[in-house]
Parts: sequence; structure tokens; C-alpha cells
Amino acid sequence: MKKDIILSGVGGQGILSIATIIGDAAVRAGLNLKQAEVHGMSQRGGEVESGLRLSDSEIYSDMVPLGSADIILSMEPMEALRYLPFLHEGGYVITSSSPFRNIGNYPEEAVEKALASLNHVITVDLDRISQENSMPKSANVILLGAAAGVIGILTPEQLRESIRNVFARKGEHIVDMNLKAFEIGQGYGR
Amino acid sequence: MTQVKLLLGDEAIAEGALHAGIKGVYAYPGTPSTEITEYIQHSAISQENGIHCTWSSNEKTAMEAALGMSYAGCRSMVCMKHVGMNVAADAFVNAGMTGVNGGLVVVAADDPSMHSSQNEQDSRFYGKFAMIPTLEPSTQQEAYEMMAYAFDLSEKEKLPVLLRITTRLAHSRAAVRISAEKPEAVRKPADRDRSAWVLLPANAKRKNLALTAKQPHLEQLSAESPFFRISVPDHFATPENKDALPGNASVSENAGALTGNAAASLPKGIIASGTGYNYVMENNALEAGYLLMKISQYPVPAEAVRQFSKECSQILVVEDGQPFLEEQVRSIVGGDYPVKGRLAGDLPRTGELNPDCVAQAIGKKTVPVYKVPDGIVPRPPALCQGCGHRDVYIALNQVLAGYPESRVFADIGCYTLGALPPFCAIDTCVDMGASITMAKGAADAGLHPAVAVIGDSTFTHSGMTGLLDAVNDRSNITVVISDNLTTAMTGGQDSAGTNKFEAICLALGVEKEHVRVVVPLQKNMEEITRIIKEELEYDGVSVIIPRRECMQTLARKKRQSSRKQD
Repeated sequence: MKKDIILSGVGGQGILSIATIIGDAAVRAGLNLKQAEVHGMSQRGGEVESGLRLSDSEIYSDMVPLGSADIILSMEPMEALRYLPFLHEGGYVITSSSPFRNIGNYPEEAVEKALASLNHVITVDLDRISQENSMPKSANVILLGAAAGVIGILTPEQLRESIRNVFARKGEHIVDMNLKAFEIGQGYGR
Repeated sequence: MTQVKLLLGDEAIAEGALHAGIKGVYAYPGTPSTEITEYIQHSAISQENGIHCTWSSNEKTAMEAALGMSYAGCRSMVCMKHVGMNVAADAFVNAGMTGVNGGLVVVAADDPSMHSSQNEQDSRFYGKFAMIPTLEPSTQQEAYEMMAYAFDLSEKEKLPVLLRITTRLAHSRAAVRISAEKPEAVRKPADRDRSAWVLLPANAKRKNLALTAKQPHLEQLSAESPFFRISVPDHFATPENKDALPGNASVSENAGALTGNAAASLPKGIIASGTGYNYVMENNALEAGYLLMKISQYPVPAEAVRQFSKECSQILVVEDGQPFLEEQVRSIVGGDYPVKGRLAGDLPRTGELNPDCVAQAIGKKTVPVYKVPDGIVPRPPALCQGCGHRDVYIALNQVLAGYPESRVFADIGCYTLGALPPFCAIDTCVDMGASITMAKGAADAGLHPAVAVIGDSTFTHSGMTGLLDAVNDRSNITVVISDNLTTAMTGGQDSAGTNKFEAICLALGVEKEHVRVVVPLQKNMEEITRIIKEELEYDGVSVIIPRRECMQTLARKKRQSSRKQD
């Protein structure tokens, strides 16, 4: 079994933390994993992407091939669409529906139209939900929760365990908040 | 005893170096190499073993310090991005001439596709140039294992060893099996052989002959490397040729001997290196009937390539970076032998490889189902909100609007983003330190006002000597050292000159009244623009230092202190 996931968003939105949680769970589950990250200049408010590959057999390429991603998991709707060529036909787009408008020509209509045309799409109003629950810094974990039912190769319980693990050094309060965020996210998933 | 850790390629290299018993790492931050040194800085082993791991001022000082450590009998490592090799080149190439005492490994992280760089030069050319062994791992696990191998090789051959990686390996994470043993630093007596270390012409001539004579031996080592491999498709793998696989030397001189094919129906071959090998394997090239040679060490094992070519009807070279291997394979097989790759147009001539272009080159097309929807626009990086560089550019733009002939010579760092809207404030960005010297040259040609914009870390990396040139010539330039108290672009490493900039400028001979310090904030705009105007009007060298901490490091410090209070 294999799962290819494209994580995307805008620099600073916390996509690498999602990758860290999934990566921790994968290693604990004895899965093979490759995760290509982007560092450096593009992190300054630009588009960021990370390819995450999980498999029970050997993985060769660090990069996800075109047309092979099972999931695009995105903190920002336009950034989800940018990587559509990587998605296979039955793949899922799971994305925040809250635009991050740090550019002057944000194509709001085009983004809405394109998202609506996809067959397998889960949109989560991350801005609203994270604000309502007073957890702006855990928006990324809410999104991970929404994806938990689709990831498949890892169970939600394995992901929860890794949330505990990854946030442990930041204190119990932070762990609890992120577990709650995950649970809230699960409510928006399938 | 082993343990499994999830590591970036960079981190795997750091673990490998720690377990190989290094006494020091010397480096200047540069994407995609930075995380190697950072990992060592944060490791418990480096504290317990007293491993040197603070940042160097630039790649040349790093290379030289590492050579000194090697001279003194300890293992040392130097890390840099590819363009850093240009800065270190003087010391690097001559280290091939002197040779080493303690093992010395230079790690160069190339950035094909220029994710965060000014060019896509391939550091393997530097290894060939210096005539030293060069290693190229394909995976994070190999990167880890190659470090111990590299240090042993360096000490055995008494030569520095270059390890070359690319962004995709440096910044990709995988589970790596590493040793759980506690490493001990290797220590030999300091060298005493002056005839090796004093490169007077008489000594250098002798060393040059010896190094040149050693090349066939180094080629042989490349073919004997544990990371070298020939793989054949299963249906060719008879018991006899299976035995012959790793020991390529035993492959017969007769065409087709390996696969039992007549010359007329030989299979196609692939020679792959580095991450290129991964894309070949991803696309099941063996199942598609290709013979596959994996090269992980240079100089290119010419004899092995020649013999391999006899087993194949053609060779596709798959390598990330410039066509370094492809050119050499062409010259080894010679004549009309079909060699495919980047030069031949089967793979893109520039940019990093990916599984898709390699699939196409081996005749396996991948067709994406979805396209990027119409209307999706790029989202370029930008200076952070609240960043002091923003205020610097606002002020400069305001003042320079009154000087239509002015030019702004900028430099390498976050502030290069001043080239993009809304600022569009800079005219050049070429290499580390070039802002000051290019402004000087332009001023020498009569251009006025010639303004240099350089960051604090870039100034101590390569700006100081240029400023001395300008002072000595009384060049009419205005230098802005935009000081955010850190090396911000690469993630906030210590900056070598923090708290020393006024003293450095004065010591280099800039006049006291023309070293001006300001705080780049909107509320100070009137003062800042007035000072810029005054210094533009001064006929000589002026330095303006806008100083305010980087927003990123400030936020990180706040997070850390609030966590401590919890």
C-alpha cells in the first residue's frame, strides 16, 4: 500500500508541522517515508509545497510524480489548485477555504469555480473554525483532522499519538489544544 | 546497535560526520546546506566531545580552518552551498595539493532549478578540477553511510574528499538507520612534513605530479566503491552474471557476455548518479529491460563505463545538475556510440530532474489527469510584514526619486526581495559582497549617486575588503549596511559582525562623521531620509547602518521566553 500526499500553503502557515506529525506516525508504524521540503527564500510569504510519500514497500523518488498523489492537503485554496496536476483521478483535495490574500490580484472567482468543479473535495473554513475555537495556531492540525479519514495508511489514533509526541516538548496545554483541534477537524472530514 | 531516525539528507550527513568522529565543522549558512551545521550545533554529541561548530565568516575561512584542523590530526568537515565553493575555491583546490592529515570532507550542496540561488553550477566540476575523490549519495541512508567511508578514504589517500548533494536530497526526509554507539573523536599527531604543506613551486611541482599520477588509482576506487552497482533485469540474471554484478571488473570483454545477448540485440543501458538514480528506479527501468549502472564516486570509473557500454546498445545518462557525467561518458565510449541525456535533449538541458522527465526519457509517459486551473497566479516570496528592510527601501525610494541617475547595487539576502513590487528598489544582485565593489566601480566611472545595499552577515562575509578598496580610493559611494542582527535568509543564524559594524567601518578608514546609525521605523522616516540625502551629497565613502532586529528571530525569542515562563 502507498499514499502520496502533496502538502501546500503559504510560507508560515505550518504545513511542515503537518508533515512532521504524519512523518512521526509513519516511522512509528514502520512505514517507509520520503518527504521533500522547501526551505530558504520561498518561505517568506511565498507558495510552499512539500511532497509526502508513505508506503509499506521501498520508495525511490523523493518527489511525487505527476498524476499520482492520493491527497492534496492545503492550508490555502489557491495553493491547493496549483498542484492539481499531481493528483490522480480518484484523489482528494482537502483544503482550507479561507484565502490568504497577500497578493494584489488574488483570483477569488477562479478559485471558487475550480474547487466546485472537482469530484472529491473537502473544504474547511479554517479561519472561522480556528477563531471560534480560539486556536489560531492550530489551524493546520484542524486540517489534518479533516484529512484523517482519507489518509487510510495511518489510523486517526496513530495520528493522535504523534500529535502528543510532536508537541510534548511544548507542554501539556499545547498538546491538549492540538488534540482538540484534530478532533474538531475530524468532524469536517469523511 | 542501530536506531532509526527521521532525517533530512543534510541531517543524515551531520549524523554520519558525528559518528565518524569529527572534531569540528566549519561552515557559512547557505541553502540547501545550512541544516548540516545546525544539526551538529544542537546535538548532544558535539557538546560532550567538544566539537567545534560555530559559524565561520565565509566559506574560505571555513575551508582553511578545517584544513588547519586536519593538519593538526583531527577529522574536520566543511559545508557550503554550491556558490560557496567559488569563495572557498582557492583553499579548496590547494588542499588537493597539500593533501590532508586528519580526514577532511567538504560538503557542497548544489541547487539545480535555483530554488534559492543565483546559478545552478555543478560542484562535481570542482572535484575534477582539484583532482580529488568526489562522492554523490542517492539516498539519505547513503548520505549517512558515506560520511564514515569518506573520512576513511580521505585519511587512506591523504586527500580531501568532496561530497556533493543536491537540494532534493538535502531537504528531503526519510527514515535512516544510524549507529547508536557513542563516537569518539579521531586524533592523530600533527603533521610535520613541510615539503607537503609549504606550496613553494619546488614542492608544488612534485605534489602536482604525484596527484596527477594518482588519478588511475582513484578511478579504480570509484569502481570498487561499496556504493557502485550494476543491476540487470531479472530475466538476465543467470547465476553466473549475478555473481559478476557488483564486481564489475569481472564483466567480460565480449559484447553481450553479461546478458548472453548477441551484439545485434543488446539491451539499452542507463548510467545514473545521485537523485537521478532514484527517478530511474521509481520508473521501474529494470522491469522495462534496461541495464543500470549506478555511479556514486568520481573520478568516473572509465574502464567500468567502457565495459558496460559493450553490454548495451546505447546509454542514457541520468544525473542531477549539469551534464558532467554525460560529457565524460561520451568521451569514454567515443565515436558513434549513442549516448543520451541532457546534452542529447532526451532530458531537459537545465533544472533539476524529476520522476516525470526521467519517465519520458526511458519511454514511459506519465499523463496528468488535471491541469492547473485557469486564473491561478504566482505567489512570489516577499519581505515579512514589519521587516526593517522595508523601511530602508521606503526611505531609499523616497530620496532617490530626486536623483534619476542613481543606481542601487544590492546583495545576497532577504533584502534582495527589494527587487520585487512594491519596492522595485534595486538594480543589481550578483554575488556575496558585490554591492560595495560594483558601486565603487560604477562611481569610478562617474555614476552618481552609487548606492550599495548589503546585509550585516553579507558585509562580514565579503563586503569588508571591498569597503577598504573604496576608502583607499576615496570612491564616491554610499553604503547601506542593513543590519537585522542575524543571517536571516537562511533561518536566523548568528551573524559574525553583530555589535562590531561601526568599529569595523572606522577601522577600515571610513570617517567618523560619515558612519551613521539609524533605526528603520516609519516614525523615524524624516530623520532617515535626511541622513541618506546628506550622505549622498558627501563626496566620499559614507556608511549608513539602519539597525533593527529581524522579525523572525524576534518572534522566535519571544516564543522561547514565553515557553520558559510556562
